[in-house]
Amino acid sequence: MESGFGNMIAWEKLKEFFSVKQDTSQDIPRYLFNYRRIWQVAVLLTGGVALVPLIFITLIDYQVTQHAIESEFLLRTTRVVSNSRRTISFFLAERKSAIDFIVHDNSFESLNNKGRLTLMLINLQKSFGGGFMDLGLIDSSGYQRNYVGPYRLEGKDYKGQEWYQKVVDHGVHISDVYLGFRRVPHMVIAVKKLMPDGSFYILRASFSISPFEDLLADLELDGRGDAFLINHQGTLQTTSRYHGGILERLSLPVPEYSPVSQVYEWKDPNGKELFIGYRFIDDSPFILMIVKDKHELMKPWFKTRFKLIVFLILSVTVILSVILGTATYMVKKIQIVDETRVMAFHQMEYANKMASIGRLAASVAHEINNPIAIINEKAGLIKDLFIIKGQYARDDKILGLVDSILNSVKRTGAITKRLLSFARNLEASIEPIHLKAVIQEVLGFMTKEAELRAIEIRLKVAEDISPFKADRGKLQQIFLNIINNAFAAMNEGGHLDISAEMETKGSVTVVFTDDGCGIPEEDLNRIFEPFFSTKTGQGGTGLGLSITYNLVTELGGTINVKSKPGQGTSFIISIPLDKEKGPDERDQGIACG
Amino acid sequence: MSEIRVLLVDDEEELVSTLAERLSLRGIFAEWATSAEEALERLSPGRYDVAVLDVKIPRISGIELKKRMDEKNPGMKFIFITGHGSEADFQAGSAEAGSDYYLVKPVNIEDLITKMREVLTGKGGTE
Repeated sequence: MESGFGNMIAWEKLKEFFSVKQDTSQDIPRYLFNYRRIWQVAVLLTGGVALVPLIFITLIDYQVTQHAIESEFLLRTTRVVSNSRRTISFFLAERKSAIDFIVHDNSFESLNNKGRLTLMLINLQKSFGGGFMDLGLIDSSGYQRNYVGPYRLEGKDYKGQEWYQKVVDHGVHISDVYLGFRRVPHMVIAVKKLMPDGSFYILRASFSISPFEDLLADLELDGRGDAFLINHQGTLQTTSRYHGGILERLSLPVPEYSPVSQVYEWKDPNGKELFIGYRFIDDSPFILMIVKDKHELMKPWFKTRFKLIVFLILSVTVILSVILGTATYMVKKIQIVDETRVMAFHQMEYANKMASIGRLAASVAHEINNPIAIINEKAGLIKDLFIIKGQYARDDKILGLVDSILNSVKRTGAITKRLLSFARNLEASIEPIHLKAVIQEVLGFMTKEAELRAIEIRLKVAEDISPFKADRGKLQQIFLNIINNAFAAMNEGGHLDISAEMETKGSVTVVFTDDGCGIPEEDLNRIFEPFFSTKTGQGGTGLGLSITYNLVTELGGTINVKSKPGQGTSFIISIPLDKEKGPDERDQGIACG
Repeated sequence: MSEIRVLLVDDEEELVSTLAERLSLRGIFAEWATSAEEALERLSPGRYDVAVLDVKIPRISGIELKKRMDEKNPGMKFIFITGHGSEADFQAGSAEAGSDYYLVKPVNIEDLITKMREVLTGKGGTE
């Protein structure tokens, strides 16, 4: 179970490594590449170029080797068939010639002499080894006149027997193997001698089949080989190992006549593939057959084939792994670089936008400031005239109106000052920061919206936070983005708590907590990713928080988020205090010390 | 008898004249000029304790004007006012006068008088 679980984790990790991220739920910005497509093209092209030739060559090698091995076995079988045929032919011809010699060398009378015929049989058995069983002399009427051998066949009438007719017709005959009167499988060679007066007699020798069987058994045959003789009708003439006993019907088809040795492939009804070699033995009723089991023969090839397939699978696996790994790695790198590029581009665009807003604010403020200053001085003078000079008898109503004008001027002045300060700080580089003032300045832009939506903002900044050096513009952008984000998440009557306090490790932590809609847990890890937005289609670029993240990182700080859907979200920003103190603070430090 | 003698320089005559009148009502000797030339013309050694200059005066910057006035009347103190909040102005103005004596319009008259007293009693500012 546990290892199964481990395997699953490993598999998931592997899958994650090989997956190229392409969030299809978002619109892909047109300036980003389609990474999945690049990955697919890279894998297909390199994979195709590497694998197609490999598979092609392996297949060709497979075919060629298989064909070569098969040809080799066919050739070898043909050779064995030819050689064996020669031996059997010679065996038969030799015996036939011996009979022929005897019948022509001896007169009928001499052959009819029992003692003489016995001597001849003994001599034949001596000269030709085993095989000669008996000798018989048959006259033209088909009667066996003289017989020497182990059976009692003298006086037998052979007139009705097939072989007899054949000898009479052709002068010489080699018979099939048959049982005959003696009920033992044997074969016969018979030769006719024609006399000048037209009469004839026949010398007949019978042979046991053991010499053939010995001869065929001596053949060294691979692949569960089987060598045997059949006659033209398909009856087995010798015992076969796998295809039937003597005088039984052969389970294989009788091959077609061919003057030369032939080998062919044959599939038996059980689906077993066989190599069958055969040769018709001239001047005899026999066909020599050599049958081999192809499966047995090809066993060495199967081993080679197995190695070939293992080699192919291993090669393909290694090549594919390398290609997949490399492609995934490269495409991921491209993706990271590309995203960084787009991020930088957007950040620049964002900064430019802020700068433009700043310039606009500054020029508006400037244009308004002068007339406001004049209104201020004029109204101030009116008031001065009333109070200081006592002119125009004191009139409370007019004085009230003038106060009202002066109040409005003061308010307008506050707005323009804020605008100017904001614009100025956008351009500012590192300078001493009064954290509370910066937050208040940013909040100044949100107070109207907060009032309209009845959002309560509570700001609590610890007293012990001393001014520190940082990029004021970046801080403003960070706070503005986070507060905007909180406002977007809150409904009417929401609460935004902002608190800031010192950390022991020389940094200051600012926490923004809203009671808005919150962020689902599965999105929490992704909210700082570029182009991640839940507001797609509503004008969100998905860059606000990632820019914020980058700005915080640039300040050397960290940003974290905690959220519960339906309860609200906290952004925790930690900013390090400056390590190198500016000259002002150094002086202060010495003075205080 | 006036405790402070001040010269106000700004191209907005409406502003500078009214401001001068209001300062006079408070017993401050205030004169005004709407151009650098006029300001330098009015200037004679010891005539003014302090000058309130707009950072941007036509044809010449407030900073440049300050230098020339300083040459003509050494020991004089300066306060800058501006309608503009640009960074360049801020840097230049606060470097010349100190960020405390760099005021953004509209200026509260009581604040201005406080700043003048401060600059004259040597709490800050230049020289």
